[in-house]
Formats: sequence, C-alpha cells, structure tokens
Amino acid sequence: MTEHQDPELLNVAPGAPHDSMLSETMSYVIGLVLALVLTGISFWVASTSAIWGPGVAVGLVVLAIAQMGIHLVFFLHITTGPDNTNNVLALAFGVLIVFLVMIGTIWIMGHMNANMGPSPEMMNLQMQRG
Amino acid sequence: MSTQEAAAIGLTHGGSEDTGLGNRGPASKSIVVPYGFWLFVLSDMILFSALFATYASLAHATDGGPTSNQLFERGTVAVETMALLLSSFVCGLAVIAAKRRDMMWTQGALLVTGVLGLVFLGLEIHEFAGMVAIGAPPQRSAFLSAFFTLVGCHGLHVTAGLLWLGTMMAQIWAKGFQPHIGRRLLCFSVFWHALDIIWVAIFTIVYLIGTLP
Repeated sequence: MTEHQDPELLNVAPGAPHDSMLSETMSYVIGLVLALVLTGISFWVASTSAIWGPGVAVGLVVLAIAQMGIHLVFFLHITTGPDNTNNVLALAFGVLIVFLVMIGTIWIMGHMNANMGPSPEMMNLQMQRG
Repeated sequence: MSTQEAAAIGLTHGGSEDTGLGNRGPASKSIVVPYGFWLFVLSDMILFSALFATYASLAHATDGGPTSNQLFERGTVAVETMALLLSSFVCGLAVIAAKRRDMMWTQGALLVTGVLGLVFLGLEIHEFAGMVAIGAPPQRSAFLSAFFTLVGCHGLHVTAGLLWLGTMMAQIWAKGFQPHIGRRLLCFSVFWHALDIIWVAIFTIVYLIGTLP
C-alpha cells in the first residue's frame, strides 16, 4: 500500500452514495421496491389464514429482519466491500448487543412469568411457611 | 520473533513506518463525522432494543383493560408505514441531489421528505389521542405504558428529525453546499433511514403480531 494512495478510497462514510448518479438512484429505487414488496408480504401474512397459525409470528419476524437488511444495504449502503469494514464491524457489535438485550430479556422474563404464576392464596401460604 | 518479523506485522517501529495505527494518519472529516454519527445511531438502536424487550415482556399484562387486538388498526399502520418508507426514499434522493449541488432538487426532495414525515407524525398523534379518548391512556395497564413508551419514543425521534430537517433546509439555503453542511445532511439521512428501520420492527412486533387472531 503506497503512501500516495487516496485515503478516501479505503473508507466510505455510512449513508454516503458513491457512484454515478444513475446507479445511486437505482440503488434507492431497488431498495424501495424490495421494501414495498416485503411490507406487502408482511401485511398479507398477518391477515391470511393460508399459513399455519403458530408459524405466522416467526414468519413476520423473518420478513422484518429481511427488510431491515434491505434498508441497510440499499439506503445506508452498508455493504461487505473492503471500504466498508469499519461500518460493518460497528453494526455487528450493535446487532450483538441488540440480540443479547432482547433475547435475554424475553427468555428470562418468560421464565419469571411461568415460575411466579401461583395465585395470591398460594403466595400467602408460602410466605407463612417461610 | 525477530524484530523484522514484528515490524512486518506492525508491532514495532523498527524498520517500518507502520506504527500499527496505520501510516496514513486519521481519516478525513467526511469519513470520521458520519462514522461517529453511525455509532450514535447504533447506540440508539440498542436503546430501542431495551424498549422492545420491555414491550414484549408486558404485551399481555393488560390488567383487564383493552388489549392490542381491540386497539390497533392495520389500515392506519399501513398508511404510516408507506409515509415513512417513501420519506426515507426521498431523503436518499435529496442526498444524491445535494452531492450534485442542485439547490432546487435538494430543497424539493427535503420538503417532500418533511411532508411525508409530518403525515406519519399526524397519523400517530391522531392514533394516540384516539386511544386516550377511549380509556386506553398509558396509565391504564403495563401493556399500554410499554406501548406508549416504545412507539412514543420513536415518535419523538421523528419529531426531532423533522426539526433537524427544517434546520438543514435553512442552512443549505443560507450557506449553500459547503463541505460541513454536506456532512450534516449525510448524518441527517443516516438518522432518517435508521428511524425507518426501527419502524419496521415496530409495525411488525407491535402492530402486526399484536393483531394476529
């Protein structure tokens, strides 16, 4: 790597479109179309009875994650290109924390609800015994 | 490990100009500023993840009050989703136009972005007011507290974004396409796209899953 190389080529800011006007605009148009399609599928999946009931919520979450990916790639231009490493690493750490917080909370609070279900009378008995 | 080997992988200064921090110096402001803002946006998403986790834990704690199935209307949510998605799209076009220093298209696209954002915000405020009017205010149940906190926090972000948008339009108008104005506009677009990403999670988890039969 020579010292004369333009540092701008080694990094790119998140959200910065960097190409010819046509391809930049096309990126947004493709993103918009894909997001519209995924949104449409989400609303259809939520209202149809053609899909096995318990699977609907899972399907909706998958569609949402897919649409977030579309937004990241086509609107925020977070790609796997070599000029994007910093942005992707920061995103990966953010996603890690988000999943830890959400899955950890839902997991623990779900078990708390399941384990602390007894009626008030039962609670009183337990308190007296203790 | 010989000194030469260590130098080759950047552990010492000996025999190499590479300090391990890169020999090109810090990146330019046009990279560092949006990158720092990107870190802020990610931390904002972590904040929202806590609110989502709270909502998911309390979604069924209705205390005998109205449930999500009775309160939410998919029609309104679909229009809100369209408004915010199109707003995000037009905001991207504004950045493209600003890069070409086209004042008319930039201001026009930013104006459309703002109007669509206002449509979203108006619908949301209308929805909130309707819920309070039929006896479903935040203090009614844990479910409603969590709902108003999560969706209200997103609404506040949109409000702040609209104020920022107005400021950007005025700055571009008054100061022209200077480099620091361009960086601010880029940061704004990152913020605006991020709000749309969070809305995708909200309309899926809160509104669609909340109104499943």
